[in-house]
Amino acid sequence: MTGWEQVYHIGPAVTLLGGAGVVLLADMILPRGRAPFALLTLLVLALAAGWAIWHANTGTTGPSFDGAVVTDRFALFFIFLFIAATAAVTIASTDWVKKLDLSAEYYALLLVAAGSMSLLVQGNDLILIFVALETTAIVQYVLVGLTRRDRSAEAGIKYLISGAVAAGLMIYGFAFLFGTTGATSLDGIASFVQAGHEEARLPLTLGFVLVAAGFGFKMALVPFHGWAPDVYQGGPTPIISFLSVASKAGGFAIALRLFYTGLGGSETFISEDWAMMFGVLAVASMLFGNIAALVQTDVRRLLGYSSIAQAGNIAIGLAAVSAGSTLGPSGVMFFLATYVATNLGAFFAVIAISQRIGSYEIGDYAGLIRRSPMLAAVLMLCLLSLTGIPPTAGFIAKIYIFNSAVQAGEQWLIVLVAVAVVNTAVSAYYYLRLARTMIVDDAKDEMTFRPTLSMQVVLVFAAVTVIFVGLVPAPLISAAQRAAETLQIQ
Amino acid sequence: MVTLFLLLPLAGALLALFLPRERELDARWIALLFSGLAFAVSIVIFVTFDPDQSGYQFVDQFTWINPSGAGFEVQYFVGVDGLSAPMVLLLGLLSVVAVLVSFNIDERVKEYFAYLLLLETAVAGVFLSLDLIQFFLFWELELLPMYMLISIWGSGRNRYSAMKFLIYTLAGSAFMLVGFLVIGVDAGTFEISALTEMPPQDALIPLSLVFWAIMIAFLVKLPVFPVHTWLPDAHTDAPTAVSVMLAGVLLKMGGYGILRIALPILPEQAHDFRFVLAAIAGFSVLYGAVITLQQRDLKRLIAYSSVSHMGYVLLGIAALGAVGLSGAALQMFTHGTITGLLFVMVGLIYERTHTRDITSMSGLMHRMPLIGTVMLIAGLASLGLPGLSGFVAELTIFLGAFDAHPAATIAGIFGVVLAAGYILWMVQRIFHGPADEKWADLKDANCWWEHVAMGSLVVVIVAIGIFPGIITDSIESGIAPIAQIFEANL
Repeated sequence: MTGWEQVYHIGPAVTLLGGAGVVLLADMILPRGRAPFALLTLLVLALAAGWAIWHANTGTTGPSFDGAVVTDRFALFFIFLFIAATAAVTIASTDWVKKLDLSAEYYALLLVAAGSMSLLVQGNDLILIFVALETTAIVQYVLVGLTRRDRSAEAGIKYLISGAVAAGLMIYGFAFLFGTTGATSLDGIASFVQAGHEEARLPLTLGFVLVAAGFGFKMALVPFHGWAPDVYQGGPTPIISFLSVASKAGGFAIALRLFYTGLGGSETFISEDWAMMFGVLAVASMLFGNIAALVQTDVRRLLGYSSIAQAGNIAIGLAAVSAGSTLGPSGVMFFLATYVATNLGAFFAVIAISQRIGSYEIGDYAGLIRRSPMLAAVLMLCLLSLTGIPPTAGFIAKIYIFNSAVQAGEQWLIVLVAVAVVNTAVSAYYYLRLARTMIVDDAKDEMTFRPTLSMQVVLVFAAVTVIFVGLVPAPLISAAQRAAETLQIQ
Repeated sequence: MVTLFLLLPLAGALLALFLPRERELDARWIALLFSGLAFAVSIVIFVTFDPDQSGYQFVDQFTWINPSGAGFEVQYFVGVDGLSAPMVLLLGLLSVVAVLVSFNIDERVKEYFAYLLLLETAVAGVFLSLDLIQFFLFWELELLPMYMLISIWGSGRNRYSAMKFLIYTLAGSAFMLVGFLVIGVDAGTFEISALTEMPPQDALIPLSLVFWAIMIAFLVKLPVFPVHTWLPDAHTDAPTAVSVMLAGVLLKMGGYGILRIALPILPEQAHDFRFVLAAIAGFSVLYGAVITLQQRDLKRLIAYSSVSHMGYVLLGIAALGAVGLSGAALQMFTHGTITGLLFVMVGLIYERTHTRDITSMSGLMHRMPLIGTVMLIAGLASLGLPGLSGFVAELTIFLGAFDAHPAATIAGIFGVVLAAGYILWMVQRIFHGPADEKWADLKDANCWWEHVAMGSLVVVIVAIGIFPGIITDSIESGIAPIAQIFEANL
């Protein structure tokens, strides 16, 4: 395989990363304040999406770069997800960016983040995974601190420090995996585990626990969640909206890849161990996230804790994977896809509302249905979907992922699902309390307002997705299942 | 046909929601039109339903979610049998009544009727669904409209009551979902009739646990002691029409679920726990009746009497014989009409007196003879006077349950004595006695919609009291296959 053929395999990532350079170049060449960065960014995203579609249609699969990179439907599924999320955030933040004197840098960083995440999900080698993960992380540290105001800078520093610790733990874990198995490629590790080296159980366990700590940071799983509420509250909200979905999706994607493919599938001597680990993390995240969210008065913190609880829901799918559920991987993917649409919709609505009313306090959202029916309706729909009430995508996603856990055929997984469904009832309290404040309470200020056109576009798109997937989930489920089928030992 | 019944209210809800603001009051007519059409459809279904034919009639079925991988197939599968046909008729009738008694709503009219119609669709879905996941979807769909109706248009501590209703129902249904998934995954199908033919013999967790996981949702909804506390709160603070729907059809979802799902799918477990169920039933009847006697608030009085009366339903079910089960199904129908009427009357009285405190009312018969007379008829029906529908149902239950559970049945019969006490005492205190000057300018029922609402329910109550065969033919054909399971095997 020639060099160019290999680059062809990582086309979407290269397009996104190269596009970031083009955006920065445009900033230098074009007159200040005139450059259409948002359009340029969308163009780059469209190109990358086109390339990914090309991959999907021509069936470009298999390893490249000596097996460090794989191009499969699993990676493409997530690449589409990242591109869609980045495009939505780009459109939604056009107004916010106008107030920023670093607009070119903002768009370029978004593209770098999307590009490195695309590379991450194609990663099949510990070294590449680490590099891609760290590139993503560094870009996100910068993005969070981008506005350089007090809270933003503080959030950026917090994110950086906890992220650095997580990265340290993860590389330590990689060292254990490499030291034990003698391989950095996931295939190599997998064949070592499958060979049944039971004597290596302890170092392997140490390795994957430390790796899970690093990934758990990305996914905002308890006990690696500490940054989430503070960063959600302090960081610039458009960037947080991106972070909340893309970082989580990236974390779960690579966790699926490493634990499922890399640790040799579901029937090995350690699969029960890491399944239990994710089960414990899931329970801790759901309980902590939901209980902490009950008392929040700031919408951003509420969404922060909610994202921790939702990570717990998704981790159920991970636990089910290892116990041999055929629906586990597709459950995680389907849930993440619906979560991207739902959480972005909720965040965009919050951005549009709070830009106008100048507050993120839940109490100030009173009577919003009269002031801005569209925003209140979209936010309510997304809150219903997060709770898991039909006919929304979140309802199907929860049933699907719970079903995958029950299907795995382990008693402890049924207990896990029981904990999860009780948590759903708890989460209804805070999600619907916010919905009630918007719809039932009287407004303090009667002035009506509308979101900007670009915001309306993404809000409608998110809402339609949430409803459509809720009513016609079959296409997305099939896509997730087909993608999940490629996720196996090469 | 049944799909039409399901979709008509939904269409009306959407139409009402998109009315221009200046024509908001037209929402009432849209609601009346669509609930009337649905009622007409339900009459056609009930009349053309053939009790001699076994199995479901008017079936609509297609695969809703059928992913490529095995393990999660969900159908859209609706149809009626002898059990659901009367429920559909009851729902059609009470929805029209609920719309009529809401004609004086003047606040947020569009939304109100949209939620009311959405509620009708959700409950219809519960009565018609023949697939467990679809059943669960509609079960959850009913939460949102109820929550909003109580929160926005209720009175008193309506927010607290609405949230309590929501959390109780969600917590109950959470376990139900686990039970459904365990059964469905084990059998490889979620279709109720397939599961009835081959009841699960063995599952991952003990089937008795599965039985209670499913039962808890139905018992909360029914409701029985000790999970009834949401009901008096929800009733007291809900607007009249919502009380009518709540007492008339929503509580029936619990009994219907037991008859449709819990008994046929898990007959052995039902048989094992029949004494527990009978004990709960007997205690609920007495406890409800005693608490009812102490009420001073008219609405709370009727609400607690519902707890007592729904205890009869569970008593009939616990007998596990053809007679007892038929009585339970009949009691659900008659209680729906009788208590529906009682709540209509309470609403009419409250609108005029602006109080629900029984002790502050006296001699109202002088001012409003028509309301007083209808209230008396409803009250007599409620306490089981021969010639009215309540008598037939309660007698059937006692006949069916006496052999199996003599103690609980005697408790139930004693409950009837107490019912005579609280109903007659209530009527006496409100309508009889000296005419209080305070109420001198009260008017009797004088609007056409009040007359239609009262009249239609009185006709049904009297008609069933005299010719119970109208309903019982259908019910017996629906109960026969369930009773057969118990007679054949246990």
